[in-house]
Amino acid sequence: MDKTKTTELDNVVVRFSGDSGDGMQLTGTLFSNLSAILGNEISTFPDFPSEIRAPLGTIGGVSGFQVHLGSSKIYTPGDDADVLVAMNPAALKVNASSVKKGGIIIFDTDSFEKSDLDKAGFKTDNPFVELGISDATQLIPAALSSLTQNSLDGFGLDNKTVLRSKNMFSLGLICWLFNRPIDQAIHFLENKFGKKPDLLHANVKVLTDGYNYGNNLHLTISTFIVEKSHETPKGTYTSISGNKATAWGLIAASQKSGLQLFLGSYPITPATDIMHELALRKDMGVKVVQAEDEIAGITSAIGASFAGSLAATNTSGPGLALKSEAIGLAVMAELPLVVIDVMRGGPSTGLPTKTEQTDLLQALYGRNGESPAVVMAASTPADCFHFAFMASKIALEHMTPVILLTDAFIGNGTSLWKLPTLAELPGIYPNYTKKGMEDVKVTSRDEETKVRYWSIPGTEGFGHRNGGLEKDYYTGAISTDPENHQKMVDTRAEKIKNISQFLPDLVIEGSEEADLLVIGWGGTHGHLMSAVQSMNKKGNKIALAHFNYINPLPKNTIEVIQRYKKVVVCELNSGQFATYLRSNVPAVEFLQHNKVQGQPFTVAELEECFENLLK
Amino acid sequence: METKETTIQYTAKDFKSDQYVRWCPGCGDYAVLNSLQKVMADLGVAPHDTAVISGIGCSSRLPYYTSSYGFHTIHGRGAAVATGVKVANPKLSVWQITGDGDCLAIGGNHFIHSVRRNVDINVLLFNNQIYGLTKGQYSPTTKKGYVTKSSPFGTVERPFRPAELTFGARGTFFARLLDVDLKNSQTAILAAARHKGTSVVECLVNCVIFNDGAHGWLAEKETRSDRLILLEHGKPMIFGKEANKGLMLDGFNLKVVTIGQNGITEADILVHDAVCQDTTLQMKLALMEGPELPIAVGVIRDVEEETYDAAVEAQIAEVQAKSKVKTFDDLIATCEKWEM
Repeated sequence: MDKTKTTELDNVVVRFSGDSGDGMQLTGTLFSNLSAILGNEISTFPDFPSEIRAPLGTIGGVSGFQVHLGSSKIYTPGDDADVLVAMNPAALKVNASSVKKGGIIIFDTDSFEKSDLDKAGFKTDNPFVELGISDATQLIPAALSSLTQNSLDGFGLDNKTVLRSKNMFSLGLICWLFNRPIDQAIHFLENKFGKKPDLLHANVKVLTDGYNYGNNLHLTISTFIVEKSHETPKGTYTSISGNKATAWGLIAASQKSGLQLFLGSYPITPATDIMHELALRKDMGVKVVQAEDEIAGITSAIGASFAGSLAATNTSGPGLALKSEAIGLAVMAELPLVVIDVMRGGPSTGLPTKTEQTDLLQALYGRNGESPAVVMAASTPADCFHFAFMASKIALEHMTPVILLTDAFIGNGTSLWKLPTLAELPGIYPNYTKKGMEDVKVTSRDEETKVRYWSIPGTEGFGHRNGGLEKDYYTGAISTDPENHQKMVDTRAEKIKNISQFLPDLVIEGSEEADLLVIGWGGTHGHLMSAVQSMNKKGNKIALAHFNYINPLPKNTIEVIQRYKKVVVCELNSGQFATYLRSNVPAVEFLQHNKVQGQPFTVAELEECFENLLK
Repeated sequence: METKETTIQYTAKDFKSDQYVRWCPGCGDYAVLNSLQKVMADLGVAPHDTAVISGIGCSSRLPYYTSSYGFHTIHGRGAAVATGVKVANPKLSVWQITGDGDCLAIGGNHFIHSVRRNVDINVLLFNNQIYGLTKGQYSPTTKKGYVTKSSPFGTVERPFRPAELTFGARGTFFARLLDVDLKNSQTAILAAARHKGTSVVECLVNCVIFNDGAHGWLAEKETRSDRLILLEHGKPMIFGKEANKGLMLDGFNLKVVTIGQNGITEADILVHDAVCQDTTLQMKLALMEGPELPIAVGVIRDVEEETYDAAVEAQIAEVQAKSKVKTFDDLIATCEKWEM
């Protein structure tokens, strides 16, 4: 080995970027899994355009995949990249500003011809100068296309297939750069292309040649070592996306409750992967109806819930708007239902592939009448599993719709997930009617929790009539009596409020005696936590209160927040949670830090914000 | 429908709820409700294995008046809710009660798609050609030119014909009944219940308040048998007070002939084929209008196709037979995993 030097890093960010068809998502996934197996903490984030195949080489078609590796706990896919792989000038242009000073850019010289530069809108023949890329940046030019062609010479593959393998050449190079043995990558390729031996051999050959190319470069460039993480609790891990984790959380709840899982769904970005995952699980008896529209998605789920299933529907912002009236029906009929909203940029069609937290107030209040529902949010790709499970548990045990908010960032991103067993998950105990309760009415309920009893069609003696009209508290018959309506409105509200008794208390992370309390909710946890930890390391006193349960709020919310003199609510909207907290937590001045750009926070911008607030 | 055929003899009373029926006196819906409860008893499916789902509108109040598992949902969505109920538990006998506004205006999309999927539900489409509950606006089936509160100068819209929509959505069952024609109503509803797949029964009902006499031309007792023809599979299409009128093809069209005139005998009369896959003649029969042609009641189309709910079950069984994943822990075992 002729390496000039190696540098040990605590964490490193690599961004793969190219055309939508360049295989960047696969390359990134392989590299992150490879690193995880070698003991690194990982967090990834795909960033792709809404166009499936924009014109080749144009800015609109750039697809990215960012991987963050760490030898200690990491919470985000990282802000700026240490290493950028740019498959063409458009990818360079889109990502140049997010490469760290002194970072490395690997680029495919074969794709930097005049015509390529024109397509990306460069005016000169030197894109690096034109973009003002610092001299400190280390460039690794590699003729990826022709090297791949040479590598596969004699394989008898058509040119298109050959060129499609160039992502493996870049992966080989990256493996060299990070001192990764490629055996494990080959193993992954065997799993992926096992049924297509020609493709497997080609990919393995290109990968190996890419690695060796790096080895033989004799570049005066340092390669990196990111040591094993010793902060990760011992156990068996995989890497999982938030959408897949959400689907599996529902499956776990179905198994734990002994209820069949039903999903009524209509395709919508970025939520559809949840349906894809559940449609695969016929072996677990999951029933998926791909409905004719969003409304039929939720109403078929309500029908399944009425019939005794664990029922769910998944969507994103515009779909949640369409489902509003039906959520009201589930509130009124007091039926269990899980509604998952993978939030994206809005309003209207907005930014379908980008992330935002702008549906909070819609989830809380976007219905006619006094219509309280449980609203909760997951904060990492992996904990989507836990919160989808808990959403199901709360819906089933409290006879209510539960809206679970995730977002494009955690839905598509991946993180390490310690594999659970069914046995270690909490039990789920719906409030069923039992033999001997035949005089029960559709509105009969546990007087303490206000949870009504659930009678499943097909059970003799418990026939009843449910519906969206107001019902008499005692008889269950339809009623327009003024006093009764008030009582029913109050009862439905009390039922939801009471759920806080079953929720974990709000926990403060970071400095207990903080001068500044940062408040966040949902998918921003990683960035907020990283910024808070970094600030504390620098000697500041700052803490984080991160919410997963929003309606109802954890029961110690008021008491905890009131302890702090300065409180800032950070969210990817114009201040929706801050507004909500102002109406629920008295005598606190809530400052705000907001961003609505379709992108996650960066740790750097948060630190800057906190520094200013501490001045 | 995979219902348990019990040995218990039910009566219509077993399917009546304790709720007071609140339709207007003289409303055509009463007759259909009575026919339905009679059919439910004859069918032998227990009330607790029966689910009655509705949307919004006068007719959609029906679940309150039946003893079963009833669900009065939201406007237009009954078909989607019923789909969820049936797919979740195919053992239930599922009825969807809907009206011309609920089913064909706000719920049109769900209607065509439940018919297309052939979900095994029985749809009673109460067609009074008017919005009753909102007090008299024209509906998607109101005749063009008709004066209503929302069309004070007459509607300028072309109406839907429910049979045409059903056939267009590849429906496997279509029947029609007239509220006052009790005996034939029960026959049609029973056939709908026995059909596997989405059974659409267009119930021609009178709205005494906002559209009295919409089907009056048909309903008058003295002339009814000359204006209405009961179609029965395998039987010649004969009607009339004297039972001497029949239907024949005239080129691509239907015509009324009189048996015994111009040398026409019963053998010349068309025989109804409800199980024919091709809808051409069934469509012609379903769309007949007076005064030249009689209006058809009875089972017009009744063909067998796999139902959606059965297909869902079958695919699950097929995958389960092959897959090693039986439990959540099996699923976890399929992960690419490593020790840390």
